[in-house]
Amino acid sequence: MSEYVLQFLISGITVGSIYALVGLGFTIIYNASDVINFAQGEFVMIGAMSAVTFSVAGTPLIIAIIMAMLVTVLIGFALNLFAIKPAKGASVVTTIIITIGASIFLRGAALLIWGKDFYSLPAFSGEQPIHIAGATILPQNLWVLGMTVILVSAVLLFFKYTLLGKAVLACSCNSTAAQLVGINVGKMMLLSYGISAMLGALAGVLIVPITFTSYDAGVMLGLKGFSAAILGGIGNPIGAVVGGLLLGILESLGAGFISSGYKDAIAFGIILLVLFIRPSGLLGRTTQERV
Amino acid sequence: MKRLSWFYLLTLVVFLLPQVFPDNYYVTVVGVFAAFHIILAVSLNLLMGYCGQISLGHAAFFGLGAYSSAILTTRYGFDPWLAMFSGMLIVFVIANLIARPILKLKGHYLAMATLGFGIIVHIILVQTEALTGGPDGLGEIPGLSIFGWAVDSDVRWYYVSAMCALVVVLLSLNLISSRSGRAIRAVHGSEFAAQMMGINTRKTKVTVFVFSAVLASFAGSLFAHQQNFVSPDSFSFFFSIELVTMVVLGGMASTYGAVFGAILLTFLPELLVVFEDYEMLIYGAILMMVMIFMPQGLFIGLGDKIKQLSLKWRNQYSSERIGPS
Amino acid sequence: MRINLVKFLSATALCAFLLLSSQTQAGDTIKIGSFLAVTGGASFLGDPELKTLQMYIDEINQKGGVLGKKIELIHYDTGGSPKKAVKFIKRLVKKDRVDLVIGGSTSGTTMAVAPLIEKFKIPMISLAGSIKIVEPTQKWLFKVPHTDRMAAEKVFQDMKKRGFTKVALISGNGGFDKSGRAQSLALAPKYGIEIVADESYGNKDTDMTAQLTKIRATDAQTILNFGFGKAPAIVTKNIKQLGISLPIYQSHGVASKKYLELSGAAANGVRLPAAAIVVADELADDDIQKQIASRYKKQYEAKFDQVSSFGAHAYDALMITVEAIKRADSLDKKAVRNEIEKTHNYIGAGGIFNMSADDHMGLKEDSFKLLEVVDGRWQIVN
Repeated sequence: MSEYVLQFLISGITVGSIYALVGLGFTIIYNASDVINFAQGEFVMIGAMSAVTFSVAGTPLIIAIIMAMLVTVLIGFALNLFAIKPAKGASVVTTIIITIGASIFLRGAALLIWGKDFYSLPAFSGEQPIHIAGATILPQNLWVLGMTVILVSAVLLFFKYTLLGKAVLACSCNSTAAQLVGINVGKMMLLSYGISAMLGALAGVLIVPITFTSYDAGVMLGLKGFSAAILGGIGNPIGAVVGGLLLGILESLGAGFISSGYKDAIAFGIILLVLFIRPSGLLGRTTQERV
Repeated sequence: MKRLSWFYLLTLVVFLLPQVFPDNYYVTVVGVFAAFHIILAVSLNLLMGYCGQISLGHAAFFGLGAYSSAILTTRYGFDPWLAMFSGMLIVFVIANLIARPILKLKGHYLAMATLGFGIIVHIILVQTEALTGGPDGLGEIPGLSIFGWAVDSDVRWYYVSAMCALVVVLLSLNLISSRSGRAIRAVHGSEFAAQMMGINTRKTKVTVFVFSAVLASFAGSLFAHQQNFVSPDSFSFFFSIELVTMVVLGGMASTYGAVFGAILLTFLPELLVVFEDYEMLIYGAILMMVMIFMPQGLFIGLGDKIKQLSLKWRNQYSSERIGPS
Repeated sequence: MRINLVKFLSATALCAFLLLSSQTQAGDTIKIGSFLAVTGGASFLGDPELKTLQMYIDEINQKGGVLGKKIELIHYDTGGSPKKAVKFIKRLVKKDRVDLVIGGSTSGTTMAVAPLIEKFKIPMISLAGSIKIVEPTQKWLFKVPHTDRMAAEKVFQDMKKRGFTKVALISGNGGFDKSGRAQSLALAPKYGIEIVADESYGNKDTDMTAQLTKIRATDAQTILNFGFGKAPAIVTKNIKQLGISLPIYQSHGVASKKYLELSGAAANGVRLPAAAIVVADELADDDIQKQIASRYKKQYEAKFDQVSSFGAHAYDALMITVEAIKRADSLDKKAVRNEIEKTHNYIGAGGIFNMSADDHMGLKEDSFKLLEVVDGRWQIVN
């Protein structure tokens, strides 16, 4: 069985990078507004579904993807403007319920627009498996991995080195102070929702040739993405990526070595253990409770 | 006894309802579900609303209670009441085991841990087919009988479940206005400050957690005997989220708020069922709008709105009197 | 003060609501109630079922109805949840006062309401697969789809013919999957087959290569995937991706064009048991089922999307009901039930039905055809 470890790892990293991208979306919105956006999974779904619709209507793949991203970003803006902003000052739990309501709303809308069917896109570079030392990987998996690396780096660079990125972070540290130094907090929030939506849409488009999509495909992905972000330490983009990859690998190894029926239970069990040992996640900042 | 006067009124209304509307589907069928949801929401509210600990895994304790009753009665021939008590005991043990490590976590991490716990329980329910019947569930669960009086009709179940719900509501009301209740609320307010006052916050949190879990288990056992059928589907994390929604929608830190939220979210799908494919969309929209416009919860929010309106009327009335003759 | 007002108003609202709802509807219609999994994980079952029922009830009503009365369909969406099914059955019987029930898209929802059907003494035709629905036979409960046992038998018969003795099983975590898996495990020895691997996945999973890698390491000669939804398509593609060249068998859960679409070229060579409706166009002209199956397929596809065997089950349930009502010449539940039980040589979209007091299903496994995917299309294997 040990000669199959490589295959298990590759499968795990493939699935894990999907979780990482979704988790990154959670992290960005959390960094900007302390809100866990439970509709993040729906961004992924809408990105994928829109891309399929545009592609089937005849637009070339690249254009379809860009248009799908635009649609999702607009929905992200709408979520912020109409659902989150009006509820400014509400407690954390209230905002969670709002995003849960938004997630249900978006799913209901997707149900009406696209029905209950499954959809797929053709793989970007064909379906010929690539063999590496006895394990196989699909070209699409490489796309997912590659884009994850690029996107994560872009996000990190954005937050660390650009003024705009730092402004967004300032809002989450202390929005009053940010306003006092002239940052338009409203616009920053809008931007972060837009970025998260864009990431989600991209993730959706990348994975749809492998995983297919349907109106409720966002639920599981949202859940796993959230778990990934928490495992890695919510608020830390690198944490989201590490969390995602780790989650995928745990699932794969659990299925491979212990039991495929219980693989999710094993993965979540390990997440619980990690949290017991490190209550702020693997790479999370230990929060200081102000008294 | 003024504090409990509204509770007595509630009890009266509850008992009269099936007499005024006999054989009404909404009273005897949906009402029973509402009663179970009330028990679950009130117990969750003790943990979330009063004690301030988020739990996204409450459905797991509900499920553990239901399945304990189901398995012990069908596979091992236990008497239903003994099975219910055993279920509560099992949940008591499990909740105690996980409470200590889990309650060290805060905020979103606690949410994740409870969510994870709920999912693990759900997976175990699905996978251990030989014991639980797997995804297709376990049927032929015997009904309940109280000293020979068989609870075998919808009306009887209404009275039994309503009574249990009222007892739980009473327990919650009494707990919160007691010294322990103040300790619980102090933990929510500021754990650090509570510790400074000499409250054993860890013990308080664990006690509330276990108490709410055992109440959920009680509801689960009732559920199993009322439905005569259990399946993992009813205990998924979606249901945990639904319970959280009931508590928040109704208004946290208010027992009546939790009751209100439970009743509302039990009846809302019944009303929305006519919208067929639009049901999900409308449900989501309602959730969002209620939380945006009444973030303290529907119960307190509606109360405030009505208070505003009544003040406006009173001002109008009094200004008419003082106005120019 | 404010809490009192809220309570008062809520109580008033509740009373008004209850008052309005307690008015029963009078009418001179035949009321057929249904609870189906129109949304949720089993929506590919419930959605075509509901569409079929609505379409054909409209057609029957346009032609004048049955016994001079129009049929009224009262339907609820369970989303696959047995808890909701129980609630809706009570609603259908107590509030809507239906004459008969067609429903339970899934075995879970059907089994949950089965005791209530017996208690309410109302005939019900289930659209679910598990053999437990009719074995042991219950007085008021019938079903029209082929059982999962029949599917397993059909598959194993073919495997035996091809000389396979070692089979790897992979299935999901849904009711359909687990039930099929249980039947497969129980039946395999009868055909001299050894199940050398027994893997499972979650129905929402996106990658099964870990499980398939384990299967590749065994000495399995063929793979049987008992599942439905999109997961079997992912399994099929993963098998191709890993370079596993073993023959693949699927279950009737994926006898649909969508499975072919999603799996693409990887599906070529896959065999599965399916109702005649899936290959209505390829049936020989002298096949008894050809006429009904082709007609249903044409009508359904003209109005909706691709036909599925699940919608066909709803069609059969409806037609058997209508025929039984005609024969009983009344809506008396007992009479209708007796007539359903006497269904004889009824040619349906799913097969030819012959029910009896011991057989509330009416089909034998010869009503299943064995299909193979050739060049992206279904072909009947002889």
